[in-house]
Amino acid sequence: MRLQGKVAMISGAARGMGAVEARLFASEGARVILGDIIEDAGREVASEIAATGAEAVFLSLDVTSPCDWEKAVYKAVSRFGGLDVLVNNAGVYLRGYVEETSPEDWDRVMEVNAKGAFLGTRAAIPAMRESGGGSIVNISSFNALVGTTTSAAYNASKAAVRLLTKSTAVQYAADGIRANVIHPGPTRTAMFMSGFPDEEAVEERRALVPLGRIGTAEDIAYGALFLASDESSYMTGSDLVIDGGWTAQ
Amino acid sequence: MFSEARGTRLAGRVCVVTGGGSGIGRAVCLLFGREGATVVAADKKAESAARTVGEMEFLGAQGMAVQVDVSVARSVQGMVDVVVEEHGRIDVLVNNAGFGFAATVVETEEADWDRLMSVNLKGVYLGCKYVVPVMARQGGGSIVNTASAAGLVGVPDRAAYCASKGGVIAMTRAMAIDHVDEGVRINCVAPGTVESPYFDEIFAATDDPEGLRRLMEARHPMGRLGSPDEVASSVLYLASDESSFVTGSVLSVDGGMTAR
Repeated sequence: MRLQGKVAMISGAARGMGAVEARLFASEGARVILGDIIEDAGREVASEIAATGAEAVFLSLDVTSPCDWEKAVYKAVSRFGGLDVLVNNAGVYLRGYVEETSPEDWDRVMEVNAKGAFLGTRAAIPAMRESGGGSIVNISSFNALVGTTTSAAYNASKAAVRLLTKSTAVQYAADGIRANVIHPGPTRTAMFMSGFPDEEAVEERRALVPLGRIGTAEDIAYGALFLASDESSYMTGSDLVIDGGWTAQ
Repeated sequence: MFSEARGTRLAGRVCVVTGGGSGIGRAVCLLFGREGATVVAADKKAESAARTVGEMEFLGAQGMAVQVDVSVARSVQGMVDVVVEEHGRIDVLVNNAGFGFAATVVETEEADWDRLMSVNLKGVYLGCKYVVPVMARQGGGSIVNTASAAGLVGVPDRAAYCASKGGVIAMTRAMAIDHVDEGVRINCVAPGTVESPYFDEIFAATDDPEGLRRLMEARHPMGRLGSPDEVASSVLYLASDESSFVTGSVLSVDGGMTAR
């Protein structure tokens, strides 16, 4: 069991990558706290996990709310005795060129994707320090590394997550807190599908992936498991690119 | 530091690890063996490769030792032939053999430059040249190259070494794209400074081994050197099917060295 005895919190855990990460982490021995604004689906995932005999709790978590984050970390510490792993997974997608992006849209995307990861990190650090260290896994995107015609605000918000990760890594290495960032390529989730009008658009995107397929939530979850576990104990501030070869070319 | 528990992440896989006689390569062999692989430990020093295989067998894993000079085409081709003859396939290749020396470009002798390039860069080229066709024939495989943080940032007194590892990173990306349609994934790890016989020698050769060690430790925000096991676990991730959507990636395992 690769996460035996660890307490892991995952934002955006009601569906997509977050839900798969929660199930995988629990199957590897972690006690999991699932946070999301989508409450019904989130509770369902948590009870599915609990039915396997693992420990999992759901709580309502709006990642743009500092207060929600404080409560979530308090819950981890009071219920499970600490916090070892945080996956900043919650995010929103917005399609559009710069001119099509309204200032309000820009703010919303930054608020959830960039500020959400910042607030989660900020809330988790004291608890992780108290636990003697921890691992923060941020979910960014291949769009943080290269420009695309599909989005501007989303790409900028994910680039912010990347450098938040590296700064966190450098600032808290001495406290035993590691921070690494995953850059998924096109990956089939509800959020991804929200940016593509139909299957034809998805197929166009698939054809651009060197490996010839769209990624799955499992592809990303295994990367998150590796970074969450002690198997990556000498990794901090690193980029893990899981993009089917997109950015290699 | 990791459990000795047996896993199945490479069950039934045939894996070739160059430089398998010591350091990171030895740790990769032992970890792969614990994860169910049949491991070919290849090394220029036959007795080092044999020692690694002995340790693997002690753990209950399957192994085979092969003597290879990765800088010589004939030798690499011979290694591949022997493995294919014996095991029928190669699922994973870890191009790990390499070395370094301390020098600026001004101080580097031409013969030393050539020797370093022939092992660190040409060795990766030759390994892939002969193994990719085997993997393509069987429908795919995973290749992991050992690059270095020194291939991403300048490190004092290691000009040739930095160049060779930068070459490994660039070639990894190029090969990943060239062979993606054949089902061959190609990635690299970029370790920071890792405890190894090579660094023991470097430390021993200076007037102030403790001072040099502290200097090297301070290069990493984590404040310590890495262990071979800590690199081996990242090689395992890239070798296994858990990374099936990963190709052309550079995975830094460097205690934060290149993050700042």
